[in-house]
Amino acid sequence: MSMSNPVPASSTDFNEINFENVKKKQKVMSFTKGMLFLLPSIVLFGAFLFYPLFKTMYLSFFLTNARGETTVFVGLQNYIDMFASPIFHQSMKSTFLFVLYTVPTTIIIALLLAVLANEKLKGIGFFRTIFSSTMGISVAAASVFWLYMFHPSIGFINQILGFLGVESIGWLTDPKWALIAVAVTTIWMNLGFTFLVLLGGLQSIDSYLYESADIDGAGYFYKLRRITIPMISPTLFFVITVTIINAFQTFGQIDILTQGGPQNSTNLIVYSIYREAFTNYQFGTASAQAIVLFIIILIMTIIQFKLGERKVHYQ
Amino acid sequence: MGYIEMMDISKSYNKQSNVLNGIDLQIEKGEFFVLVGPSGSGKSTLLRMIAGLEEISGGTLKISEKIVNHLPPKDRNLSMVFQNYALYPHLTVEQNILFGLNAKKADKQIQQKRLEETAQMMGLSELLKRKPRELSGGQRQRVALARAVVSEAPLCLMDEPLSNLDAKLRANMRIEIRRLQKRLGLTMVYVTHDQVEAMTMGDRIMVLNDGIIQQVGEPIDLYNKPSNLFVATFIGSPKMNLGKAVLQDSKLIIENELTIPLEQFVNLESLENLNLVIGIRAEHMPYGDEDQQVQNVEIVNVEHLGNETLVSFEVGTELWTAKWLGQWLVQVGDRVPVHISVENMCFFDEETGDLIQEATFTHKQEVVKR
Repeated sequence: MSMSNPVPASSTDFNEINFENVKKKQKVMSFTKGMLFLLPSIVLFGAFLFYPLFKTMYLSFFLTNARGETTVFVGLQNYIDMFASPIFHQSMKSTFLFVLYTVPTTIIIALLLAVLANEKLKGIGFFRTIFSSTMGISVAAASVFWLYMFHPSIGFINQILGFLGVESIGWLTDPKWALIAVAVTTIWMNLGFTFLVLLGGLQSIDSYLYESADIDGAGYFYKLRRITIPMISPTLFFVITVTIINAFQTFGQIDILTQGGPQNSTNLIVYSIYREAFTNYQFGTASAQAIVLFIIILIMTIIQFKLGERKVHYQ
Repeated sequence: MGYIEMMDISKSYNKQSNVLNGIDLQIEKGEFFVLVGPSGSGKSTLLRMIAGLEEISGGTLKISEKIVNHLPPKDRNLSMVFQNYALYPHLTVEQNILFGLNAKKADKQIQQKRLEETAQMMGLSELLKRKPRELSGGQRQRVALARAVVSEAPLCLMDEPLSNLDAKLRANMRIEIRRLQKRLGLTMVYVTHDQVEAMTMGDRIMVLNDGIIQQVGEPIDLYNKPSNLFVATFIGSPKMNLGKAVLQDSKLIIENELTIPLEQFVNLESLENLNLVIGIRAEHMPYGDEDQQVQNVEIVNVEHLGNETLVSFEVGTELWTAKWLGQWLVQVGDRVPVHISVENMCFFDEETGDLIQEATFTHKQEVVKR
């Protein structure tokens, strides 16, 4: 039958199906189904992430009373006051120093341990367990443990120093040392996770590459530099990003070890937010700080992705 | 004195049962030696032991008259091509090829010279700046070969290098590798599970099964005189047709179904009343003429290959395949006469599987000596 003719009776069934309409209906159906699957996450994220985020933004433009209800709209005044405040400056400085102390050290030590633990040796499983064990210890338990280690008189570290003839140090009370002490604690705590992720990355490297290099006569460090490091660069990148974010968000160990003291030297940004909100009941300024922290982490992560993407080799 | 000598080499993991047993073997200089066997036969393990990637559990390994059991891979002066090529995915083709020379801190100018020569030879000159993931399978294979060539090691080991390529490319690379080996005068030890590769490439072949040497010899010898049933079925495609047989009253009875009277000039008296397994190649069962001994069989399957036709029929419990040159328009269910002659048969002991007597016919006519 030709197309120019009027539609013959036999093909009416064929024409009654409107393909466009059916397709549209199918699209709507599949969209609804997809949304149903997403619903639990959307509800959870909405309630615990997106709502608080927007509420925080909102609050940062207000002054509040002690119960967190908004009283006066102040616009950007909270931000202006904050950037003028020397305590906030100190807090920012401490935070960045803290990130600088913890991130590279954690990653270098974890990488070292992971490379060691990746060797095929007898009883290596035991060491892998030990190296990753700090992952299973809560912040509170670890902090209390280190609180005793740092104790000025009965602490293990000072006893060793005393044994070596070095004067004991007020680890958590001396403004020069407090941040370093907290950094040491944090490095120790983060080591387990970082180690485990890096070990996983190392184990996914094809053993043929090393065998081929062995036959070519490559030495241990040559292999490390030319094969291992480039091959785990995606893992390293992930670990660096996560560790930096974690470092910016440090709270638990500060709260238990120093409460931000001495002389605000360990008053990291999250702790400062907490103090502002729940000690001083200044929810407006606390929110403003939180927003600043959010923006800093966002920028850091974007920079990393821009820089990292170029250097990282994905298979 | 061979270039590689193995004396009673064995391998076991965790001191349990051996995966390789009593391997005695000599590989000559400049030889293309193929290790062939089914998966799990220990052929790759043996190769890795030569390379130094696996510990040798027992026996002595010599390379160019020096004991090398204790030497690490880099001191054995060899190159190796792996099944998955083991290219470094983050390095360019150039860096991949030069990886070994760089590791040995070779002079930059020598590196560059050898790189150019090798790239030229392998046809990689245009691809030097690419990463492995931007290459096709065949090109990756070439890079892996180039890496072995550039080291200028006199011994090259290959572990199933062609198994990741498609059939057409594989046929090309077979020829290319073979030519490369001849041109450079390399001693090659080549592992494969593919008997076609073994037959077409090897100067000599070693068939390995369950860690035990089945037979070592030239391809034609393995084909004509398989020393046991394993080699008989492993080498050749389609595989050698086998059937249980007994010799009674000057008649050979195969699988209680075919009865073949002995021709007069065939002397098989020594086999009388033994439990035998006979083997006959597919090409030795032509369509029967009237003046010949023929067996009428019912066709159960026909495969048309264009230049030849594979015809399958049942003999007792066995499925036999005959290969007829040309195109035969026969159909499943047809009864056709097939000429099966005793003089084309290999005789094996049913119990041990060892060859008792090889085919007399092949002996006489088919091998054309140069």
